Amino acid sequence: MTMTLIADAQVDVDAEGFLTNPEQWNEQIAAQIARDNAVSELTDRHWLVVRFMRDRYLASGTAPSIRSLGKESGVPIKELYQLFPKGPAKLAAKIGGIPKPKGCI
Amino acid sequence: MARKQIVILGGGTGGTMTANRLRRRFDPDEAEIHVVDRDDRHVYQPGLLFVPFGLAQLEEIVRPRRRQFRNGLVFHENEVDEVSIEGDEVRLDDGTVLPYDVLIVATGVQLQPEETEGLTGPGWNERVFTFYSPEGAEGLRGALERFDGGRLVVNLVDMPIKCPVAPLEFAFLADWYLRERGIRTRTELVYATPLDGAFTKPIASEHLAGLLAEKEVELVTEFNAGEVDGVGGKLGAYDGRDLDFDLLVTIPLHGGAAYVERSPGLGDALGFVPTDKQTLQTTAKPNVFALGDATDLPTSKAGSVTHFEGEVLTENIVRYFAGKELDSSYDGHANCFIETGFHKALLIDFNYDTEPLPGHFPTAVGLPLLRESRLNHLGKLMFQWVYWHALLPGREIPGIGPAMPSTGKKHTPVPT
Repeated sequence: MTMTLIADAQVDVDAEGFLTNPEQWNEQIAAQIARDNAVSELTDRHWLVVRFMRDRYLASGTAPSIRSLGKESGVPIKELYQLFPKGPAKLAAKIGGIPKPKGCI
Repeated sequence: MARKQIVILGGGTGGTMTANRLRRRFDPDEAEIHVVDRDDRHVYQPGLLFVPFGLAQLEEIVRPRRRQFRNGLVFHENEVDEVSIEGDEVRLDDGTVLPYDVLIVATGVQLQPEETEGLTGPGWNERVFTFYSPEGAEGLRGALERFDGGRLVVNLVDMPIKCPVAPLEFAFLADWYLRERGIRTRTELVYATPLDGAFTKPIASEHLAGLLAEKEVELVTEFNAGEVDGVGGKLGAYDGRDLDFDLLVTIPLHGGAAYVERSPGLGDALGFVPTDKQTLQTTAKPNVFALGDATDLPTSKAGSVTHFEGEVLTENIVRYFAGKELDSSYDGHANCFIETGFHKALLIDFNYDTEPLPGHFPTAVGLPLLRESRLNHLGKLMFQWVYWHALLPGREIPGIGPAMPSTGKKHTPVPT
């Protein structure tokens, strides 16, 4: 775990750049992480997913899987991949300032 | 005092074992125990893996559910229509109403191949198969017999699935089978997974990826299958990647039993039942418990897990009735043999906090962990006998308790 500076804020991140302490997050940090990961602008649809991820994590301690995102966030899986190319669940978690989702076993 | 009513939904591994254990803990005049299942076919699910290769027959692995119950249980062969959490009762499809003092949800998961676009369309059960159902496994046996080389793709659509190691075992056994038949050189074997490695836990994942490479199975990671063209032989991922196949072995999406979604307050969006990790009491209501694949617990959906959970669950039903504090000792213990072909197998043993490690099980002089051996293969074969004759009847297996043993394991720092 290391400290780093994102959008002028000191935050704790893991080796892959996921915030390890969700309380250090803010919207500027989200926008910066998004830009660093090839999402140039966070639209309302992006925010819908990011906030859903974050709220769910803070309430339950686990981040939703891509499947639950598709079922519950109101954004279908195909669109999730357009919004967050490659790995929507991971990228939305990163932007939302929550730890990297663990694949369940 | 009126007899306690205990209703168990599901007569599979968890339901049968729990019904039999509770029958021993309570006298017939203390508690009436009902078990509900929609059919009378108890499948020894670990056996399904062997059916496609002709190494097991369906007749051997399917037995009547009724025959696995102790005397003094009431079995209802019927679908569950709905559970009323508020009214403490279960309604069955034929209109029967079963009021309960304690409900145990043990209905496992159902396969949902229709949730993936095109999966059950043209080509389904012709060049697209799953070995996760008896019929699918039998169909795949025929398809493998007719298979004469080409691209064989094994794909798990998304977690969670039952027995997360089974798709890997299928790839290992397919490699062996194809070599025996002399057509391995003209077969490309591909393993496509949504995970970022062969398996979820780092040390085991590395071992298993090494085995795939050794057996010349191509590993494709972070592949989230979204679409299947069973006629054209194409498996498409949401990110735009395509995999061509001549034969596709799919592990479809899993969800909870259909009635869970119909019953307000019982399950989550995928039909799994939110359950306390340590006590197995659900969050739905204090008199509702769950075990096995039906729960949302962050551990493997596997018979071994259900078995270990069962001991804690049974104790907690007794404590619940006695008004005592629940036992919160379930640690997420799971234990799986992984068939690797050529009469060998690996064994992994882990829990919520400890990932699968090398060493020996259950103590330093037991079966080798995370290493291929003939002994593990024999263990896997022998386990079927243990399942029918010790596990389901609810007998203890000497030397194997619910908590994960640590003594035989080599603890090395986990890479973070």
